[in-house]
Amino acid sequence: MEAFTTHTGTAAPLRHSDVDTDQIIPAEYLKRITRTGFEDGLFVDWRRSDPDFVLNQPRYATASILVAGPDFGIGSSREHAVWALLDGGFRVVVSARFGDIFRTNCTKAGLLAVVLPQREVEALWEATEADPTLPVTVDLTEREVRYGDRALPFQMEDYTRWRLLNGLDDIGLTERHRADIDAYEARRSAWLPTALPVGPR
Amino acid sequence: MPKTLAEKVYDAHVVRSADGEPDLLYIDLHLVHEGTSAQAFDGLRAAGRTVRRPDLTMATEDHNVPTTDLLAPIADPVGRAQVEALRRNTAAFGIREAPLGDRDQGIVHVIGPQLGLTLPGMAIVCGDSHTSTHGAFGALAFGIGTSEVEHVLATQTLPQYRPKQMAVTVDGELPPGASAKDLILAVIARIGTAGGREHIIEYRGAAIEALSMEARMTVCNMSIEAGARAGMIAPDRTTFDYVKGRPHAPRGADWDAALAYWKTLRTDEGAVFDREVHIDASSVTPYVTWGTNPGQALPISATVPDPADLADESERRAAESALAYMGLTAGTPLRDIEVDTVFLGSCTNGRIEDLRVAAELLRGRRIDPDTRMLVVPGSVQVGLQAEAEGLDRVFIEAGAEWRGAGCSMCLAMNADRLAPGERAASTTNRNFRGRQGKGGRTHLVSPAVAAATALTGRLAAPAAPADLAGTPTPPGA
Ligand code: SF4
Repeated sequence: MEAFTTHTGTAAPLRHSDVDTDQIIPAEYLKRITRTGFEDGLFVDWRRSDPDFVLNQPRYATASILVAGPDFGIGSSREHAVWALLDGGFRVVVSARFGDIFRTNCTKAGLLAVVLPQREVEALWEATEADPTLPVTVDLTEREVRYGDRALPFQMEDYTRWRLLNGLDDIGLTERHRADIDAYEARRSAWLPTALPVGPR
Repeated sequence: MPKTLAEKVYDAHVVRSADGEPDLLYIDLHLVHEGTSAQAFDGLRAAGRTVRRPDLTMATEDHNVPTTDLLAPIADPVGRAQVEALRRNTAAFGIREAPLGDRDQGIVHVIGPQLGLTLPGMAIVCGDSHTSTHGAFGALAFGIGTSEVEHVLATQTLPQYRPKQMAVTVDGELPPGASAKDLILAVIARIGTAGGREHIIEYRGAAIEALSMEARMTVCNMSIEAGARAGMIAPDRTTFDYVKGRPHAPRGADWDAALAYWKTLRTDEGAVFDREVHIDASSVTPYVTWGTNPGQALPISATVPDPADLADESERRAAESALAYMGLTAGTPLRDIEVDTVFLGSCTNGRIEDLRVAAELLRGRRIDPDTRMLVVPGSVQVGLQAEAEGLDRVFIEAGAEWRGAGCSMCLAMNADRLAPGERAASTTNRNFRGRQGKGGRTHLVSPAVAAATALTGRLAAPAAPADLAGTPTPPGA
């Protein structure tokens, strides 16, 4: 996972609430077995059906920060939604509320999901609609979003922040606790099932 | 300290906890399917890792498999490559897999309970958001992303933050004609698609206790549609009776030990929930969705809502755009909405009881000639059971299509899909735009409403006898 410290870029206003992961990338694209190259599926139905869709507008073509309405990333657990956003050039998504699984997936793949109050999201929408070239900085070290003369704090668990700042993947960290896992396994109840085939009993 | 059911199960799985770090939870059962696993296995290989507990991992093919020509090679090359990748990966890492054609194949959330792999008090994950289904047994079960799938494969654990606790108490009795599906749609309409966010919902109360295991699975299945991390129901006699004798369930002295433990899995008197909601079951009637998220649902007797009546601006815009997508006009009675397709199936309503309810309504009748109906059992076992009961004949004689097991038109990864503009009454869980095929329009319904709708070609509930008119099958046909 690529480390995330500070990112400065331009932002695209996505004035939609309840953007489910089926909208971010339809199931059709889930048949692929690769982990990259999903940019063609990103918001594909909206991109194809609506010429005014924000990501079809040349002025937002190079945006790397997506500012979305509340409840972004609800629904399916597909991590492809996160990969598609990363492949599509986004490093940060801002919303007042995220789907739980989507938000977790972001922290695993290195896309920063930043929660700001809806009124700040709206202020960002207005600012980036007025000036699509407005530089926006997302600073994970300071846990702050900055643009113009605004500096907006956001929350992020210390541990997740530390992991993202260092680009650390969870598996390596968990493997340090192998002894604890062994000990837990030794005390698991004997009646717990395995998935191994059982013959007629 | 008194604990909730969810806290008890969570605490029992903590491998390690440290200040300022997420807890490390042990996973008792990891369900795997072709749709979200290939990249996780690749990740393992790239890092030179193995699967820690292949014996606690179970795989099947469900998301993209065809429901016709089951024995022919999968026609879609991309889908076939994905299924073949799962077969290769599970073989390479020593994981049991139920392939297409196997008697244990089916939707992951249907086969776990059916095999007795899903038991009370377990921690269960799967790279699929409807893993919440297994919470019906009093298991802590939740969906995860592909990076987490890789993490569980490698370590059999998952870092987790302690979720908040929510109680949805359903008192009273469901009226005749109202099902578990209607109940959960009513709950989501009430609390909203973000109402359960960051919480585990425990469903409790007399109406929940009265539900069968299959109905409880329908309720827990859709917890994610309320934004919750998981849904749970305390195990009781109904649970134990369901589990007993299943292939992987404990037996003999093991059964006694397990049962003694399972009986402790109840929320303690005085345990505190972060949020509580009360629903009166007697007020639940058949629900259908009119919009493009599962919270946009109303009793079938209602009319399509007028966005202008919504005070909140963003809700109004969402409703306007949903109606435009759905091709609906405010004020239209929901019962006047004509559908092209009826889909009966999925991990929400593709179990034997669901098929029985629908078949009972279709028996000896013909569906509307302009409506197609697909019946897709949730698993091979469900299909075999239905065939043993003659339900397949009932569906076929009524004019419906009887198919092989899988997710099918629930997410349209295979050939079963809606055409642009086509309208469906579907027993699934998501009415998202394009979910059942690009441009397709979905109304979520219960199995009974699905069957009644198939008979009339319009959204209908069996409670009104006129809806059941249909065309009787001519004698000897
Ligand atoms: S039936 Fe639908 S909701 Fe259930 S696992 Fe399959 S695709 Fe997901």
